[in-house]
Amino acid sequence: MVGELEFEKPVVELKKKITELKEFTSDSNMDLTDEISKLETRLQKLENEIYSHLKPWDRVQIARHPERPTTLDYIERIFTNFFECHGDRYYGDDAAIVGGIAKYHGLPVTVIGHQRGKDTKENIRRNFGMPHPEGYRKALRLMKQAEKFGRPIICFIDTKGAYPGKAAEERGQSEAIAKNIFEMAGLTVPVICIVIGEGGSGGALALGVGNQIHMLENSTYSVISPEGAAALLWKDAGLAKKAAESMKITAPDLKELGVVDEIIPEVRGGAHKDVAEQAASIDTVLLQSLKELRKLNKDELVQQRYQKYKKIGQFTIAEEEFIGVQ
Amino acid sequence: MLKDFFVKKKKYASIPSEQARQDVPEGIMSKCPNCKKIMYTKELMKNDKICMNCDYHYQMTAYERIDSLLDEGSFIELDKEMVSENPLDFPDYLGKLKKDQDKTGINEAVVTGEGTIEGNRIVLAIMDSSFRMGSMGSVVGEKITRAVEKAMELKVPFLIFTASGGARMQEGVLSLMQMAKTSSALKLFSDQGGLIVSVMTHPTTGGVSASFASLGDFNFAEPGALIGFAGRRIIEQTIREELPEDFQTAEFLLKHGQLDAVIHRQDLKDTLANIVDIHMNGGAVNW
Repeated sequence: MVGELEFEKPVVELKKKITELKEFTSDSNMDLTDEISKLETRLQKLENEIYSHLKPWDRVQIARHPERPTTLDYIERIFTNFFECHGDRYYGDDAAIVGGIAKYHGLPVTVIGHQRGKDTKENIRRNFGMPHPEGYRKALRLMKQAEKFGRPIICFIDTKGAYPGKAAEERGQSEAIAKNIFEMAGLTVPVICIVIGEGGSGGALALGVGNQIHMLENSTYSVISPEGAAALLWKDAGLAKKAAESMKITAPDLKELGVVDEIIPEVRGGAHKDVAEQAASIDTVLLQSLKELRKLNKDELVQQRYQKYKKIGQFTIAEEEFIGVQ
Repeated sequence: MLKDFFVKKKKYASIPSEQARQDVPEGIMSKCPNCKKIMYTKELMKNDKICMNCDYHYQMTAYERIDSLLDEGSFIELDKEMVSENPLDFPDYLGKLKKDQDKTGINEAVVTGEGTIEGNRIVLAIMDSSFRMGSMGSVVGEKITRAVEKAMELKVPFLIFTASGGARMQEGVLSLMQMAKTSSALKLFSDQGGLIVSVMTHPTTGGVSASFASLGDFNFAEPGALIGFAGRRIIEQTIREELPEDFQTAEFLLKHGQLDAVIHRQDLKDTLANIVDIHMNGGAVNW
């Protein structure tokens, strides 16, 4: 098995043992069927135990799995007639964000998403899915085009975050992200965002202001990477695991915090184990979501989106004007 | 030996006291963090907290800013009583907030309200970096959003002064979502023809620079202010090269087309009053 993760080691080892026994049975006269079936029962139990009790750090590992399906993997399986558009019309074409027009069950839509690479060469070309300002501006151009033609917009979120580079700052990284958030808030077409891997900070949010936000079960969405949080809070990036737990970054956490609408169940062990099946379960949620949103008119879409974000956050009103020591 | 005559007396390094390390100490004298010149605190305060020697702009508290800009007695504060909770159950978060409340005399990192500037009514939000580095959590996001809604209701311009280290880590993704909340409010306000003016003061970074700080119809900054999304150290580590000295300063942003102007603090009131005035009287409506 390729790319197994730390926490699945017991499963992998048991599987290996079963295979070995099976081989042994077929090669010799000894009948080990009983043993094998016992082990298989144990395997099932073990798999259930491990995969249904994933810890936040385990999910981070799954979300970062090198073979985890990317935006283009899902576009290929969920949409038809996809045509990719390039360039922001100001500066360049950022390969860390892909986008274009397509049909979804016959309905014209615009699809945009962060795009990671699957190998080193592609990752370098796509800057590991970390966009520059021209990426956000391309995305915004495509969103405005979608609005003009009344096409719903589907955004796949999958980035560690905005690229912390000199050129990115010079070309107005802050402004580009801010402008996307601002303009997405006013779009008069349905916008559905799906976090499929890592949802990292402003780079994620720049494609993330939707009428509905869904998350794959093992994806994460956070204001900062666990490593970054650990470095900032405790001056030790090695405490990333602890940060992953205290920052509440998993899909169930975000659902509880009222940020996410639906958790899309994943194939056992992670989306990379069966891309086709994963695409099918995304399709089910997306279809339902789009059907609901298509009932809203332009004003209602903008209002619904505003109210959704207006509700996010926790605060309280103190009884006194000032609660500190004067 | 002759050499002994030239032995220097041993010098001891002086460690500045906690008070001396503050931006403007309570004491009679202040030392400029930039040029190290020592001057009378009283004179410095009279000079809008600008160093008389090198023009360094000290950070201002929210109330100092209000005093320096608005017509006297015109300020009415909004949502003063709003305080944070601990949504992620982050260890010692509430304790840290309490400490800063005691230190700064404000409940949270932004003060919002309405007032007049040269007679024209406005709504404004002023971030205060002395409170948890001006970081943005749920309260900052909500107060700014409500202030924008107030401006929408009153149909008056919205001014924002930013000073922030970015999102507040202890509120995790809820902090991130405040970028969306505030920006969405600004979008609705903008679509109704509302005027947005942003003044970025030192420092304006991270999630704040990547949301409302950059969304003004006019984006200004104070001289020398640090403004940027990613931290300098992180960028240097990522690209493995040293960055220019002026990187991410107000002047750097102006050069790269990100700002309308860098405005000296002593010209700020007149500039803002003028911009508000241009959008209030005459203009396209009554001309």
